[in-house]
Amino acid sequence: MVQMTYRDALRQALRDAMAEDDRVFVIGEEVGRYGGAYGVTKGLIEEFGSDRLMDTPISEAAIVGAAVGAAMAGLKPVAELMYVDFIGMTMDQLGNQAAKIRYMFGGQIGVPMVLRTQGGTGRSAGAQHSQSLEAYVLHTPGLRLAMPATVADAYHLLRGALRQPDPVVFIEHKALYTLKEEVDLSAPVPDWGKAAIRRKGDDLVIVTYSRQVHNALKAAEELAARGIEATVIDLRTLNPLDFDTIRAEVERVGRAMVVSEGVMTAGVAAELSARISEECFDFLHDPVVRVAGEDIPISVSVALEAASVPTTALVRETAERLVA
Amino acid sequence: MTQTAMQAAPEATPRPNSDLRALYTQMRRVRTFEERVGELFVRGQSAGSMLHLSIGEESAAVGVCAAMREGDTFTTHHRGHGIFLARGADPNRMMAEIGGKETGYCHGKGGSMHIADMGLGHLGANAIVGGGIPAVVGAGIASKRAGKGDISVAFFGDGAMQQGILYESMNMAALWDLPVLFVCINNQYGMGTRIDQATKGHELHLRARAFGLRGETVDGLDVTEVRETAQDLVDAARTGQPGFLAVDCYRFFGHARMDKSPYRKEEEEALGRQKDPVLHARAALIGAGVTEDELDGVDNDIAREMDAAIDFAVASQEPQLASMFRDVYGPDEPEPEPVRTRIDRVLARE
Ligand SMILES: Cc1ncc(C[n+]2csc(CCOP(=O)(O)OP(=O)(O)O)c2C)c(N)n1
Ligand SMILES: [Mg+2]
Repeated sequence: MVQMTYRDALRQALRDAMAEDDRVFVIGEEVGRYGGAYGVTKGLIEEFGSDRLMDTPISEAAIVGAAVGAAMAGLKPVAELMYVDFIGMTMDQLGNQAAKIRYMFGGQIGVPMVLRTQGGTGRSAGAQHSQSLEAYVLHTPGLRLAMPATVADAYHLLRGALRQPDPVVFIEHKALYTLKEEVDLSAPVPDWGKAAIRRKGDDLVIVTYSRQVHNALKAAEELAARGIEATVIDLRTLNPLDFDTIRAEVERVGRAMVVSEGVMTAGVAAELSARISEECFDFLHDPVVRVAGEDIPISVSVALEAASVPTTALVRETAERLVA
Repeated sequence: MTQTAMQAAPEATPRPNSDLRALYTQMRRVRTFEERVGELFVRGQSAGSMLHLSIGEESAAVGVCAAMREGDTFTTHHRGHGIFLARGADPNRMMAEIGGKETGYCHGKGGSMHIADMGLGHLGANAIVGGGIPAVVGAGIASKRAGKGDISVAFFGDGAMQQGILYESMNMAALWDLPVLFVCINNQYGMGTRIDQATKGHELHLRARAFGLRGETVDGLDVTEVRETAQDLVDAARTGQPGFLAVDCYRFFGHARMDKSPYRKEEEEALGRQKDPVLHARAALIGAGVTEDELDGVDNDIAREMDAAIDFAVASQEPQLASMFRDVYGPDEPEPEPVRTRIDRVLARE
């Protein structure tokens, strides 16, 4: 067991993947000499050199496009987008190129690349640096989507992403980089594409991912003190989606709540809620409730920012009322 | 030079701010404001850590803005405090916005990187590198239609020189003879990347000329030179000849408040900081017979003005929580429904 941060685990995953396979390289803004805007790639340029940690100009569309081409040509690029908020600038390369090449070209070739980025609130970074845009990705067939919540998953999901035959968007949470946990990276974790049940209870199921896993676990603890036992499911990957685990738990418990930091309307929570409602209808005692981000941009004001996304209090209160 | 670049501006605009003293005063205001922003951050009163100071770049903001006039519009990048001040912003409301307070220009929603004021023609600062550039094409179309001779100016950093949208925008501006000016504040760095690590094409103005714009590069050390070069380009833009100006300077400090610039050498920084447009203008004034005492008086007045801005920001209230649903849509439109209200409806069902 070692103490490790989420940031360290991501770096270790990159290091191990690069040591194992010299086709793996990192390309993005400030990834080399600077060590990444959030320090994830710090030190890797000393180990692997500037050919494998390619610092780029500020040219997001071309960074992602170059990764697409490199993947088609047999390399394994890990492109980095400093903030998920910049995904719009790359959306053609991601949505029209990376996502569709295998299909359009009749299965001749895939695009096995990883696009690492980070999102979410917590640093008072304002409307253009705080969003949770995973729904953009989930809405595009052909793209895989991973969002690690724990230190062990930061490592294993990134390693897993690099083994995929298809493009993976890998969204870290900016508030988790300093999360420190005791981990044994050689201990088994659920396979790529499998959800993890982080807590088991009989009164309701909370389905969530990324930072909201921690929020839900905190709420679940407070609920337990009030006699309510919640199951907390950490999805780990949203595509593939492990609906079997969700279904089994919801059918067993009969109540479900979905928690997401992304905006409520047409978001990931909407998709999950619809699917649970449709497929588990006969087992549900109550409607599926979404606790999600407000349908507004994120303010730079600390107070407004905090109120724009699900708080522990809102998750707990909603759960209590749902079970009552 | 291209043919357009050689045509003289048809009529010279009066130059009310052209005297060095006024330029010095404005530059000192920008510098002192930025120093106080740093203080606001240290005192834990700024909203967030994403504060980008323009110390060392004052001549770009002040020199170009002095060539602009009321009615002109502009957009800035994320390092835009100085530009906005030089266009007449109220330091109190700016500082309050940077602190995320209700009394700020954008009621605490925008912050340092998203400040704007339509009254002063500020169409917005931007946290997306290159994000504010194409708006001046649209504003230029509107100015051209209105026929009052107003122009629109995009301010951005050298980092944006590698974003494709700049070239799409410059091409349109040239194609349609728009009253537009593109101003690249070349402080040599985009975060930790020095410009020679981002491009091999260093004569930035030649890129603009390739699209048919007037393109110039000026040394930012001398604000008078910046102002004069800018004035020529501004005058030409008013007649429908779009231009591009690169102002060479040096980013004196880190990219943002937290960045200690470990990627560059102290000697380089020391050399870069010698290129100080504020001190340069001060020395020129003294050379012209202005006394140290007089200039200290100017500086002290400015220090008081900016201290007052800090006090104003610190004393201001945080925005009311309910305000977060305001201004997502137009003033007569219903506000988005809070998540809590929607949950209440789900759970109220029996
Ligand atoms: C589209 C986009 N890419 C990356 C960033 C992250 N970022 C913010 S400022 C910056 C450097 C910008 O350099 P430059 O344009 O020269 O402006 P300066 O900071 O030097 O004023 C970067 C990479 C961003 N905000 N937007
Ligand atoms: Mg720069």
